[in-house]
Amino acid sequence: MKILVALKQVPDTETKIKIHPEGTALDLSDVKWVTSPYDEYALEEAMRLKESQGATVSALAVGDDRVKDVLRNALALGADEALHVSTSEKCEDPFVVATYVANAVRDRGFDLLLFGNKGSGGDHAAVGPMVAELLGIAQANVVVKLTLDQGRFFAERQVESGLEVVEGKLPAVITTQKGLNDPRYPNLKGIMAAKKKEIISIPLTESISPALQTMKLAFPPPRAEGRQLAGTPQEQAQALLAALQNEAKIF
Amino acid sequence: MYTDDQLSIRDLARNFARSEVEPEASMRDRESLFASALIHKLGEMGFMGMMVPESYGGSGQDLISYLLALEEIAYCDASLAVAMSVNNSVVCGPILSFGSEEQKKKYLPDLCSGRALGSFMLSEPNAGSDAASLQSKATRIDGGWILNGSKAWITNGAYAKYFIVMAVTNPSLGKKGISAFVVESGHKGLILAPAEKKMGLKSSNTVMVTLQDVFVPEENLLGPEGAGLQVALGGLDEGRVGIAAQALGIAQRAVDESIKYSKERTTFGKRIGDHQSISTYLAEMESKVQASRLLIYRAASKIMNHQKATLESATAKLFTTENAVWICDKAVQIHGGYGYTSDYVVERLYRDVRVTTIYEGTSEIQRIVIARELLGK
Repeated sequence: MKILVALKQVPDTETKIKIHPEGTALDLSDVKWVTSPYDEYALEEAMRLKESQGATVSALAVGDDRVKDVLRNALALGADEALHVSTSEKCEDPFVVATYVANAVRDRGFDLLLFGNKGSGGDHAAVGPMVAELLGIAQANVVVKLTLDQGRFFAERQVESGLEVVEGKLPAVITTQKGLNDPRYPNLKGIMAAKKKEIISIPLTESISPALQTMKLAFPPPRAEGRQLAGTPQEQAQALLAALQNEAKIF
Repeated sequence: MYTDDQLSIRDLARNFARSEVEPEASMRDRESLFASALIHKLGEMGFMGMMVPESYGGSGQDLISYLLALEEIAYCDASLAVAMSVNNSVVCGPILSFGSEEQKKKYLPDLCSGRALGSFMLSEPNAGSDAASLQSKATRIDGGWILNGSKAWITNGAYAKYFIVMAVTNPSLGKKGISAFVVESGHKGLILAPAEKKMGLKSSNTVMVTLQDVFVPEENLLGPEGAGLQVALGGLDEGRVGIAAQALGIAQRAVDESIKYSKERTTFGKRIGDHQSISTYLAEMESKVQASRLLIYRAASKIMNHQKATLESATAKLFTTENAVWICDKAVQIHGGYGYTSDYVVERLYRDVRVTTIYEGTSEIQRIVIARELLGK
């Protein structure tokens, strides 16, 4: 079985986000870059399938040379090969990324294509489903349990207040959600071995201009200051009740 | 000053420590809980036998990588760092240097992978740094040895599977009459006292162990008969820089916490960091941390190049640990009353750091060693 894991590099979730003065992009100067947490579930699932039923695992990332770090990390965790779709400009438009991914993997014979269900930060939740459409194959998204059997997949999807169980034919795109597994850390041997492995560069066959344009980035408005209720405990309770009824309209 | 490989290892240790070790470190301290699950994970990742070659299940990395990893673990949990340090430095180290091929194959893969934890028994109620006055005895019988005696301050004691034990095999030979043995947790007559109630490092396990007619088979003698002190002290310089690295991790954390607090807390209308008294503390704390890091690095580089490093290791240990104690004291001071409560991590750092000027050779011993190096014997 051949498994593809598509990886996105995102700012560490603990990074204090700053907006570039121009207002349409993030200030990336102090950003620590990591593999998107949702993609870690995809990578872990690939490793578990490799260990339990045998598979070769290919990691893929789209972007400039900086994204090679997430590929190295995937190699350290046990991926067999790393594919780098090399682009010079930023790819924020999910359709552009999906097209590049679909073109890169179309003729490589993958049975299973794993994506995080969304990239942390952008939260488009679009690239995986788009790749499935572009390749004309089945997809199951936001998956928290995955079983493969005789060329078919059985997936449990997290949906509003419940689970949906779906099955379909491989090859397929599966996008992964928290709860699917508990991602491992690489070990020292893996990290050292990964340094010696080659990252395969895949040139772009077509360049597409993005249809999506970021107009403005802004922080949520700061929370309004609280106010202290005066008076006796009884008066305070009355005032609180009135505020909850008339202002917050909770009751 | 570090290689790309060393930095990769530091980053992995940092990432693991801050995501997995930190969240419950204060709870483990409060409840005196030993972090067995984390030790197992550290083993799986290759941190429990870092300098052991891959052929024996280790990670085959160098001393500096090990020290960087130890510092990162200590930054979040000094108790976990000491368990890791004992396993790497005074258990795997001596087995690698003095063990027979069979012993290496039997013990190292389990010790390196976290499947088994190691412990080291040298100190006794009346013998610590003056290891030559050991009283535990090993008497030869058919097929092996019978061990008797008391061992004190045994780190990892209640959780270890393999113990390296120093005992006198020939009292008439003095220092040359001491031998080293590998005792296994299943051996009969190994009696553990309840864990010591320590000021700090509360989630590390420290016990007194009594050896009562413990039979140890012939093949568990580690190194030649009479070479016990060499086994025990062979990794002395490495041990000293290891504890220095642990103290450095604690001190770095104290500095970082103090900087953070100095920016948050305001008095008299300005951040406390903008008061001259506090800013002076911060500057001195940072300088001491930077100097310590360089001393440790210099000693480690010499050890790695197989040069004599007695002076460098002792100065690194003395300077780093004494200053780390000072730094943690100032960190508590900067935090004021809050620093005196367990709501802030500096309170734990202050207690944890205190032992670093005591174990692995007290500061007084380090001064003797340094002076002896300077003056000649």
